Amino acid sequence: MEGLLAIVIGVLYASGVYMLMRRSIVKLIIGLALLAHGASLLVFTAAGLTRAVPPVIPEGAKAITGTVADPLPQALILTAIVISFGVQAFAMVLAYRAYQTVGTDDLDGMKATDT
Amino acid sequence: MNSLILRTASRFLLILLFQFSVFLLLRGHNDPGGGFVGGLVLAAALTLYAIAYDVRSMRRFLPCRAQTIIAWGLLAAAGSGVWSMFKGQPFMTGQWAHVYFFGLDLHLGTPLLFDIGVYLTVVGVVLIVIMSLAEEVEEED
Amino acid sequence: MIVVVLSGFALALLAPSLYRLSARWAGCVFSIFPAVLALWFLSHMGEVVGGHGLRFTYPWIPAMGLELSFNLDGLGLLFALAITVVGTLIITYAGSYLHGHPSLPRFYLFILMFMASMLGVVLSDNLIALFVFWELTSVTSYFLIGYDHDKDTARAAALQALIVTGTGGLALMAGVLLMGQIGGSFEISALAADNAAVQGHRLYPLVLALVFAGAFTKSAQVPFHFWLPSAMEAPTPVSAYLHSATMVKAGVYLLARLSPVLGGSDIWLYVVTGFGAATMLVSAYQALYQTDLKKILAYSTVSVLGTLTMLIGLGGKYAIQAAMVFLMAHVLYKAALFLVAGSIDHETGTRDVRQLGGLRKTMPIICAGAAVGALSMAGLPPFFGFVGKEALYEALTHDNVLVTVVGVLTSMLLFAVAWLAGIRPFSGEETHTPKHPHDPPWTMWLGPVFLGCLSVLFGLMPALPEKLLSAAAGSVLGKEVHMHLALWHGFNALLVLSLVTFALGVLVYLNLARLQRVTEFALPVVRRGPSQWYALWLRFLNWSAVGQTRVLQNGYLRLYLATIMTVTAVLAWYTFLAHADAGVIEFNWGDIGVHEWVLGIVALVASIATVRAKTFLRAVVALGVVGYSVALFFVLYGAPDLAMTQFLIETLSLILFVFVFYYMPPFKRFSTRPVIMRHAAIGTAVGALFTLLVLVATSVQWHPTISTYFSANSYLMGQGRNIVNVILVDFRGFDTLGEITVLAVAGIGVYSLIRLRLGKGGDS
Repeated sequence: MEGLLAIVIGVLYASGVYMLMRRSIVKLIIGLALLAHGASLLVFTAAGLTRAVPPVIPEGAKAITGTVADPLPQALILTAIVISFGVQAFAMVLAYRAYQTVGTDDLDGMKATDT
Repeated sequence: MNSLILRTASRFLLILLFQFSVFLLLRGHNDPGGGFVGGLVLAAALTLYAIAYDVRSMRRFLPCRAQTIIAWGLLAAAGSGVWSMFKGQPFMTGQWAHVYFFGLDLHLGTPLLFDIGVYLTVVGVVLIVIMSLAEEVEEED
Repeated sequence: MIVVVLSGFALALLAPSLYRLSARWAGCVFSIFPAVLALWFLSHMGEVVGGHGLRFTYPWIPAMGLELSFNLDGLGLLFALAITVVGTLIITYAGSYLHGHPSLPRFYLFILMFMASMLGVVLSDNLIALFVFWELTSVTSYFLIGYDHDKDTARAAALQALIVTGTGGLALMAGVLLMGQIGGSFEISALAADNAAVQGHRLYPLVLALVFAGAFTKSAQVPFHFWLPSAMEAPTPVSAYLHSATMVKAGVYLLARLSPVLGGSDIWLYVVTGFGAATMLVSAYQALYQTDLKKILAYSTVSVLGTLTMLIGLGGKYAIQAAMVFLMAHVLYKAALFLVAGSIDHETGTRDVRQLGGLRKTMPIICAGAAVGALSMAGLPPFFGFVGKEALYEALTHDNVLVTVVGVLTSMLLFAVAWLAGIRPFSGEETHTPKHPHDPPWTMWLGPVFLGCLSVLFGLMPALPEKLLSAAAGSVLGKEVHMHLALWHGFNALLVLSLVTFALGVLVYLNLARLQRVTEFALPVVRRGPSQWYALWLRFLNWSAVGQTRVLQNGYLRLYLATIMTVTAVLAWYTFLAHADAGVIEFNWGDIGVHEWVLGIVALVASIATVRAKTFLRAVVALGVVGYSVALFFVLYGAPDLAMTQFLIETLSLILFVFVFYYMPPFKRFSTRPVIMRHAAIGTAVGALFTLLVLVATSVQWHPTISTYFSANSYLMGQGRNIVNVILVDFRGFDTLGEITVLAVAGIGVYSLIRLRLGKGGDS
């Protein structure tokens, strides 16, 4: 199953990187989102996958018995997801304001506007 | 949006989802859930309401401005770590206590306060983003 | 002790608000603080001279073995007393000198902060802490020199001082880290106990070079001495405090403090002595050509710093003793003379010695203070400066003839300089000055008079400071020292040298104009040289910054990204193909269930559809599908928390995208086909690299996962059953705090971008 996810991650990274290099600022933001998904899955998969056993200590026990999913990457990804939302929101609003001010969504057109 | 079904539904959903978000927040330490998810549920419910009615009617549910919610959230999260410093332990060492309240045995600790801080911050941030953009839309109309 | 060091910072922060309570008395009130500290230090004098220094340790970053440790020994006490006693007088003085200045609160803020940092420097036993305080003195001095920030020259001087001392500070940091690494400790006392470890190391010369760079820039040694005279742009109390009594001595202090660790070798001897000797002579010579009272004093200060450096370089009992006596004498007379110069400037409106004269009639009290200071500086009995000079000569004659000649020549020149700065403005006929002078208020003559009294007292009774100076010399030398100071040593070779010096000094002063003409040819070299290098260096920096910005920061995001991605992909692929064994990758297609295949293919198709979408809406919908598939992966592989979060975030993101979509223009295709192909190739290379990375990472396990710790302790220590949540709010709570702070900043950023309008369609 890692093989399948590896391919999904590869395609997410490829499309994310490709979109980041577009001239349209909106596509850039979509690229950012794709890259965020890719990164979440990367961390998740690289730690090793375990099917359907959440890392929760059962009632009555004091520690984990048996195999469960790795909790650490989950904690990392959880905050990463929320932060990437914040970053995307900021990027979108920045793009929107830039478009309002400059009148174009072409990054090359925004290059010379700091004068 | 002008849909009677959505409006009616969102009103009930808001109450339900608010309860659900608090439930998620409180059970988070022992079962799936927690401040991030809880905060997102409440924020999503309020967003739904704002879409069904408008931002101004949604704002009535907020006790204060979204910035203030964020501030309280950060304060609660950061403040929860200070407690242990008074006991000479490093910043953010969890402190726990059993509180007996009307016969209930409540197991409370600073991590819960921290999670409440996360909850408030997440609600505040999502709302401030959504409200800023939505009000922009409403002004344009 | 930590209270003593850090309370200054606390008071500094409160200073502006306290100032508002009582603007008139603020100077006097704030000066109580250093006075109290001075008394505290005096009260510990007995223990320190008895050989029982105070030591205080506080674990700072225990994980890195860093401690905040303070050590009060003889050397530290000598400096601490200089800092607090002079500090008291300076702050009292500044209250009147800068009276009515609009940014006076800021002055108190920075001067108190400076004082606290300086105390930190001289009391820290930990090199890292010392370095932090050291840099704080640089930063606060930047603000103090540039106090009149609407003056161009003040800003330039402040920047110059910051660049010179800051560059030295960087070198010092490298030196400190290196020293700690090879010595095995950041505690100076520990390093001194085992100095063979550092001195025997092959990097010892490098450590020396780096530490010297820090110390020499701070203490304005040739060729870095030019910043100190420029820094005279600062208000006079600042010059008197930072540029004569305390900060510039930090470099000397550092050399003295580290001489048990680094000193004793041949390189140390020649480099430190050489720089010191060159500095003392060159700057004493330059002082003769100045007409600005403060600049004369500044150059003579540099000369004294050179003398101290030379003495520390020479090392040995006599030289170190002489350094301590000379240092104390200098603190007493130079701070007084600076304050006198400030009073003259304040009262007459000019600091040009050519315009000043006859002030003894109009400013008698100041005149008395100035006379004592100048005579002490000239090294005449019965002032403490004489004792200092005798000690200096004693040390030099114990060494060799060359340094003795340099010493005598410098003293001769300084004799003339002392006369020029301290006596001439008061003697002769009264001259016409921009303002009509009279004695300033008591706050402004207290400093010179108090310090002058000490000069006389210690001169007549040199036994008084003997114990403190012995303890200071003892902590540098690392053994007990019993100094014996006296005004009258009997008729011996030292006295002859002194008499020769006085005679030559009088000769120089009387023939000043002629001497200036004769030796003028050398002046451009020493005056222009270093500051021109500095100017050239700055121009080079600007030029190269502009150049590399044009090339590297070309403003095309996609070029940056293409460069970064291509380099990453090429390097990583090369490493893999050249070194790795592809056989470690295990492919196991058999265990993938049908639903997993379906989900995977949906995710693949959706992400390709996102890239190929012709309209914004299609792209957003496809992106949503990608997001929900990721969430379903989380469901399948035991991450319910993640799945819930991902579902909610994806929904909210979609709503956001739709809001923004409302405004943005339709998709356009800007790029040409070759560009698209090139970018697609880069993307594919990167994507394939990550596929490979995942496959390798999941096939090979190098280290046991640290999650076992979390799993084992989540309930026992974190009192929670949901390990993910316990990690978030407890084990790694500090990270989470940082992350929600980022989130809050992003939220506020969005709000301000939308709400704080600068007018639509352009800046208003």
